[in-house]
This record gives sequence, C-alpha cells and structure tokens, in this order.
Amino acid sequence: MHWIVEPGFFSSPPVRVALVIGAVVAVVSAVVGVFTVMRSQSFAGHTLTDVSTAGGAGAVLVGISPLFGFVGSGLVGAGAMDVIGVQRARGRDLATGIVLGAATGLAALFLYLDTTTRATTGVTQQILFGSIFTVDSSLIPVVVVFGALSVAIILAVYRPLLLSSISADMAVARGVALRPVGLLFMAALAVSVGLAALVVGSILSTALLIGPAATALRMAARVGWAMVVAGALGVGATWLGILLSYDSFYWDASHQGLPVSFFIVAVVVVLYLLSGLPRLRSGRAGDRVR
Amino acid sequence: MFSGFMANAWAAGTIVAVVAGVVGFFVVLRGSAFPAHAIPNGAFAGAAGASLLGINGLVGLGVFSGLAALGIGSLGRRSRHDVVTALALVMMLALGAAFLSHSTEYEPQVYSLLFGEILGVSSTELVPVAAIGLGCIAAVLALYRPLLLSTVVPEVAEARGVRNHRMEMAFLFVLAAATTMTVPVVGALLIFSLMIGPPAAARCFTDRPTVALALSVGAALVTVWASIASAYASNWPVGFFVGTFGALSYALGRAFVAWERRRSVTAS
Repeated sequence: MHWIVEPGFFSSPPVRVALVIGAVVAVVSAVVGVFTVMRSQSFAGHTLTDVSTAGGAGAVLVGISPLFGFVGSGLVGAGAMDVIGVQRARGRDLATGIVLGAATGLAALFLYLDTTTRATTGVTQQILFGSIFTVDSSLIPVVVVFGALSVAIILAVYRPLLLSSISADMAVARGVALRPVGLLFMAALAVSVGLAALVVGSILSTALLIGPAATALRMAARVGWAMVVAGALGVGATWLGILLSYDSFYWDASHQGLPVSFFIVAVVVVLYLLSGLPRLRSGRAGDRVR
Repeated sequence: MFSGFMANAWAAGTIVAVVAGVVGFFVVLRGSAFPAHAIPNGAFAGAAGASLLGINGLVGLGVFSGLAALGIGSLGRRSRHDVVTALALVMMLALGAAFLSHSTEYEPQVYSLLFGEILGVSSTELVPVAAIGLGCIAAVLALYRPLLLSTVVPEVAEARGVRNHRMEMAFLFVLAAATTMTVPVVGALLIFSLMIGPPAAARCFTDRPTVALALSVGAALVTVWASIASAYASNWPVGFFVGTFGALSYALGRAFVAWERRRSVTAS
C-alpha cells in the first residue's frame, strides 16, 4: 500500500480538509462548468477568478473576511460584464476583456498596498496561487452553503438555461427571457468561481471549472450526464492531484515536493487531451467541432 | 520627472504603447482577448523557469509564449477555442507555480513580473525591447491586408486565397513576440489592459480601419504616459493606472457612441 500512498496520508488533518473541500469545489465547478463550456463563456469564468482575486486582496486591505471580498467582487464583476454587453456573443469577448483589465489594475493596487502597509509576507503568492493544504477546516460549512447556493440557482433555471445555451433563437420563440436567465447564470458562476478562487486559488478555479466539463461534454451525450461525469472527473483529478503532491514530498532526498495545483491541473489537462483521441482516430476530427 | 532613470521609463513605455496599440487593434477586431490574456500569463511561467535554470529571462518568456501560441493555435482548430485557451493558460500557470516552489525567487519579483516594474527599466533592457517591438510592428504591417481581410470577412479572404488558419497562427506568434518584450516592462497582466482598452475605445470613434489603428496607438500612448506620470506623482503601482485609464478610455468611447446616437436621432 505504501508504494502508492506514502505514510501518514489519511491521518494528516490538512490532507483530510483538502480532500473534502476539494471534492465540494470540484462538484460545484463541474455543474456550473458544463453550462460555462456550452455557452462558450470560459473567458468570463476565468475573468471572474481574477476579479475575485482583486476583491480578496481588497478585503485583506480593509480587514474584512476574504470570503466576502471574493464572492462579492465576483458578483459585481458579473454585473459589470452584463452592463457592457456580455449577452451578445459578439460583444462578449470585449466586455469580458474590459472588466478583466480593470480588475487586474485594481489587483495590482490592492496587492501593492497589502504588502506595503500591512507587511503580510506571502500575501501575493497566497492570493494568486492559493493552496488547498492551508484551508482552515472552519471554512468547510461556508463552502458547502455557498456551493449549494450556486448549484441551486443552476437547477432552478435548468430548462430555460439549457434551451438558451443550445439555441438562443429557439429559447426566445419558447418565451424564455434570455437576459434574466443569463444574469442568473452569471451570478451562479460568480459565486462558484469566487468560492473556488478563495479555497483552491485562481489557477485551480479555472482548471476545475473548464477542464472536467469540456472532457465530459465530449464523452456524454446528455447534459445531465455530462454534469455527473464532470463531477466524477473533477473529484478524481483533485484527489489524485492531492495524493501525488503529498507523495512528491518523498520523491527526492531534498523533500521539496511540488505544489498541489500543478498536479491537479496536469491531471485535468491530460484527461482533456485523452478525450480528444478517439475522434482524432475516427478521422472525423473536422466535422464535429465541439 | 524626465531625468535619470525616468528617461528609460518614458522610452520603454512609449515603445510598449505603440506595439500594444498596433497589436491590440487586431486583438479587439478578431475577438482574441482571451488568447491575449493567456499568452502573457503563460509566459510568466517561462520567466520563472528561466530564473530557476539561471538563463536569461527573455529566452524563457519567448519559449513559453511561443509554446502557448502554438498550443492554442493548433488545438483550437479542432476543439472549442475558449476551452483550449483556458486549459493552456492554467497548465502554464501551474508550471509557473511548480517552478516558483523550487526557486529562490522571492515575492517582490513575482509581483513585478505580473504587474510590471516600468520605473526600474535599465538602458541595456531597452535594446531588446525596441528590437522585438520593431519586429512586431513590421510583421503586422507586412500582413496588414490579408490579416484585416481574414479578420473582418473570413469567407471572402478564403476565396481570395488567404489561408485563415495560417493567419491565425501568424497573429498568435506576433502576440507571443509582443508579449515577450512587454512582460518585463509592464508585467504579464497589464500588457493585456493596454491591448484591450485603448483599441476598443478607438473603434468607437471611427469605422475606418487605418484611422482606428492610428487612434488606437494614440490612445495607448496617452494611457501609458498618463499612467507613468500618475505613478511618479503618487508612488502607486503603474499597473493600477494602466488598468484604470484603459477602462476609462473605453468608457469614454462608449459615451461618445451614445452621444452620437442621440444626436443623430434628434437631428433626423
């Protein structure tokens, strides 16, 4: 057994917290991520991470809980994208870009002020890259509640959201109000991304949102199934990444180890690339673009 | 404000602004904002890797931004473009995190790679920046007509014998080159703001591509100059001002469009 799992893996409290919180974030990201990929809003999903990062840095600055900074600023960012024009596919790229540019500017200022005024060393790296191993176990209930909120929004508007994601014209013909549905989706996305950025860092937030969902959409024919598959892939990748990162500590004599985000992202990307292989071999690569 | 080390900052800022204005014009027109964000961010990992190996940071930046362009361009042809871009971005950032965990690089340097350190540019750094910048502008000008055609009317371009996918690859490589030269000066995150805000604003004022291109360069120059001056006066990071002024210039453009629409309605 210890060939695979190095000693002390299951008895280490940070590992247990990481396994639980990683699984919750992976499942919530998978549900929201399937719609994010279907609606081609990966850029918006990633941008909200950076917006949340700016909010988190701002929250450190004024001394409120980073949770409100992350989730609150994500919601503000989603609202700003909607105002500039995220609902039209044409203007979406630009609206997202403008919000992203402004958010990174704010992040630059807040992180600078954080490091100069409060002398909190490591805050730049902590906020940008995060670490699932340093999550406080008291955050678990909060993560579960906000994650459930995000999933509940998606499930509440599931049918109209699905219809508008597949064909906006058909949805309008059936009487779906596109803008409120789109706005609710952005709210769910902002909550889920902000939460993920807070507990697992901005890199993993985007990876878990997009990777498993895109892989699952290639494998499953039905959207509901894709969510289940994406959830399973996300949880699997997270747990495997945590295990590998824990084990990597023992790989060389210097005991440096490698960051957990590196392993989880590597597993997610490898899964995505593997899921593209069957279509390449069948020679229909060009005619079914997904 | 214009003496000593500040002279280098003004020179570097001016070069970066011209390149960002030219390349950014096509970024906005093509809707390539996501690759324009992903490539500089991924290149950041290259700089971290280069410092780990002890080689020149520009080499690391160049290799990684080139790899990012290649990955996004070739994989994006078969699958969803935005998914591939997102995954390329996180993969490179994760590599960057792995490099950082093994290097002795400390926090201020990470911050400056991401958000830029334009006030600390040395004269020797200025030469490669200027050379690569000239190369980028020359490449865009050489490709100007086919690139514009394949951006605005891809079907027509294909009929005229322009290979759209080749244009995409060529453009991504120009983006990568522009990234390599600008990341050490303004940082990975802020070159993006500069490539989006001013060009998007320029498009609001005119429909003619050449005029918009010139306006885009002008707006980028004003943004950078105002940012350097404000950073000098306030001691706050230049990145904050680039991000804010970039977004403000776009807001100005949108206000102009709204004002003109209202004027044309009342006139008719």
